[in-house]
Amino acid sequence: MSYRAESFLWIVQRASAAVLAICVVVHLFTIVYAVQGGLSAAEILARTRGNTAWLAFYSLFVLAATVHAPIGLRAVLGEWFGWRGRSRDLCLVVFSGLLAWLGMRAVLGVFL
Amino acid sequence: MLKVRVWRGTQSGEFQGFEVPRYPSQTVLDVVTHIQRHLDPTLAYRFACRVGMCGSCAMMVNGVPRWTCRTHVDKVGEKLEIGPLRNLPVIRDLVTDMREFFDKWARAKGEFRGRQTKNDDFAKVPPASPARVQVDTGIECIGCGVCYAACDVVSWNPQYLGPAALNRAWTLVKDERDDRTLERLRAVAGDAGCHACHSHVSCTERCPKHLSPTAAIAGLKREVSKAVLRGAL
Repeated sequence: MSYRAESFLWIVQRASAAVLAICVVVHLFTIVYAVQGGLSAAEILARTRGNTAWLAFYSLFVLAATVHAPIGLRAVLGEWFGWRGRSRDLCLVVFSGLLAWLGMRAVLGVFL
Repeated sequence: MLKVRVWRGTQSGEFQGFEVPRYPSQTVLDVVTHIQRHLDPTLAYRFACRVGMCGSCAMMVNGVPRWTCRTHVDKVGEKLEIGPLRNLPVIRDLVTDMREFFDKWARAKGEFRGRQTKNDDFAKVPPASPARVQVDTGIECIGCGVCYAACDVVSWNPQYLGPAALNRAWTLVKDERDDRTLERLRAVAGDAGCHACHSHVSCTERCPKHLSPTAAIAGLKREVSKAVLRGAL
């Protein structure tokens, strides 16, 4: 991978980290707030089903994680296991796709 | 008497025990010198100035990289284990091969290239200008290799340029007389360069000159990012 692409990955990882920081805080506060009156699936679905604001929020959350996690994993694989080169990057693209699929499946599961 | 264990051999080898008389204000380099002069003349080690200027006597002392000429035995305890610097090939005993370390300075475009000729007047750089102040903190490097030995990223990624070479590059990026900034930013970007740094701060923790290569590397990340975003790299 070129130095330009690697520099770009670094920028994207930092930017997605900033998004994740906000998303995690909102997510945790929502959990704490939501469980105060007891936790039930019906209550969660009442809040999220058909609510485009929560759909947008959790889609952004998933997108940030989809971008952020594989870039971090890329460094771990390179440094701890010596796995570098094209095969690593292709695997991480697949991993990223898997995260996006699983994440959006969960998001749409509580929206639709 | 001081119990000392000293590395003997090359990459493979073992620690050999010695007993060295204890003196006031004794440095670790004094201990090594005593062993070489009085107990075992075959011990190989490297030093030159003995006053913390030349950067040639760095070794692992009780598992920590230190400049041995300025490290008092009092500071590191009654038991001493002295080995060659980490992350570098061992030539013999306490002597490491520093070629890769300095080759990386060259790879990071660590040499100055000005744009003025001898016919031009001296460049006037205001000492208080922000760029000059940032350079100030980095130019005192003596090239001892302590930061390189302290860096875990170097041990995980042998291609990584390391804190000293990147610190050098940073001082030149911020040197307004130098005209190779973009070329240098290209050289230090990516997985073998500044982006590999995890900001563990081991280099800054161990630097005997109290420099902060971590801050220099963070500066390079910023400059590279700006250049990438404006399409200059």
